[in-house]
Amino acid sequence: MLEINALTRLHIGPVNLSLADGEVIAITGPSGSGKSVLLRAIADLDPNEGSLRTQSGARADMPAPDWRRKVAYLPAESGWWADGVGEHFKQPEAVDFASLDLPPEAMGWEVTRLSSGERQRLAFLRLLEHQPEVLLLDEPTAPLDTRNTALFEARLKRCIEMGASVILVTHDPDQTRRMANRHFVLEDGQLLEVAHG
Amino acid sequence: MAEYIQLSYFDIALASVFLLLNGVLSIWLRLGVARNLAFAATRMVVQLLLVGLLLKSLFAIQSPWLTLLVALFMAGFATREIWARQERRVKGWRGLAIGGTAMGASVGVVALVALTVLVQPEPWWAPRYALPLLGMIMGNAMTGVSLSLDTLHTALKREQRAIEAQLLLGADKWQAMRPFIRQAMRAGMMPSINAMAAIGVVSLPGMMTGQILSGVDPNEAVKYQLLVMFLITGATGLAVIFATLGSARALTDDRDRLRLDHLYTSKT
Repeated sequence: MLEINALTRLHIGPVNLSLADGEVIAITGPSGSGKSVLLRAIADLDPNEGSLRTQSGARADMPAPDWRRKVAYLPAESGWWADGVGEHFKQPEAVDFASLDLPPEAMGWEVTRLSSGERQRLAFLRLLEHQPEVLLLDEPTAPLDTRNTALFEARLKRCIEMGASVILVTHDPDQTRRMANRHFVLEDGQLLEVAHG
Repeated sequence: MAEYIQLSYFDIALASVFLLLNGVLSIWLRLGVARNLAFAATRMVVQLLLVGLLLKSLFAIQSPWLTLLVALFMAGFATREIWARQERRVKGWRGLAIGGTAMGASVGVVALVALTVLVQPEPWWAPRYALPLLGMIMGNAMTGVSLSLDTLHTALKREQRAIEAQLLLGADKWQAMRPFIRQAMRAGMMPSINAMAAIGVVSLPGMMTGQILSGVDPNEAVKYQLLVMFLITGATGLAVIFATLGSARALTDDRDRLRLDHLYTSKT
């Protein structure tokens, strides 16, 4: 569950949005319309106004790190702060690599040698370690081929079945059809719901 | 002080012959440094002669307020220098205040203790002791602080994605910045640490050499040098730690966000 009330950041908003448990909304819109800006603001990574809450409580009542563990943002390009892949995980031995077609040896890989697709899949697994209540995904399958996109979506569906709410920014109309319950377009800083027949 | 040999201005003029030789070689080989060499040498002569005059009259006047005024002027100049040496700076008054306060407070405390407890000249603020001591400590702290802030700001800017990745996984701002804070503090401390390690073997420090040249017993000169090195390294370390933490704090906020919008790049 995620409730967003009067969220504003730069030219974005006020945005009002409410997601039920297990609900997926897709957000589309031209490049530069501020989709990433919106996701960053929801994750409280940039200064913004508005009141947000999940079932665990209001954003204003908890430290920002706690909020970000519950409302997890996967940026389009992931960041890595150590040399080895394993150092980026809390419990490397507990991670289900096979679900995204990665071998267990991936833990020992060097970050600099990862392909963009491997980075993206590892960044997703890393994010799931905290069992977030809400997932904010910024074009998550852009660097993935068809097969890995299918695996990614299957893994995401498992999260949704467990009750996670998802905001999915995507350029892929098929993905929107496959995954989303509702579809919004971000235009002039406002979210407009798109009716699908 | 019996062995002290006084130099005449003629001796000094003669010493500059080697510099002139450099200039001639530079013109002949078209190295293009002759103009810089001449300008810097002239500037040095004027600055040092003026400082000599200033110190001489300060020592003669023996006024605590005038000594304090000179000390504050030095601190102001060092603060500006710290600011000028950073490629990326914190915006607004804090860009000057963080480095200046960290440097000023650390140097101030260390110099006060040195004068009132250790060296104990009579009176304790005697400009003959206070100003050279302050100058040596401040010069090193200034270099350390500017190095550490420059390193920190560059690292935070370059590693924005890595820092935000940690924040997004629930790290607080201090955890996320830790490697870069450590890197900045090391950069600021390294010159002092290296100087201590090489001293006496590779380099003979200028102050000690000066004392020996003016006839002081080498053992006494060594004692003074040790004292000064401890003060320098201590003050530089404190200044570097305070400045780095202060700047890291200014570039984040209470919601654990990285605020690179508080940073700007100087146009040089």
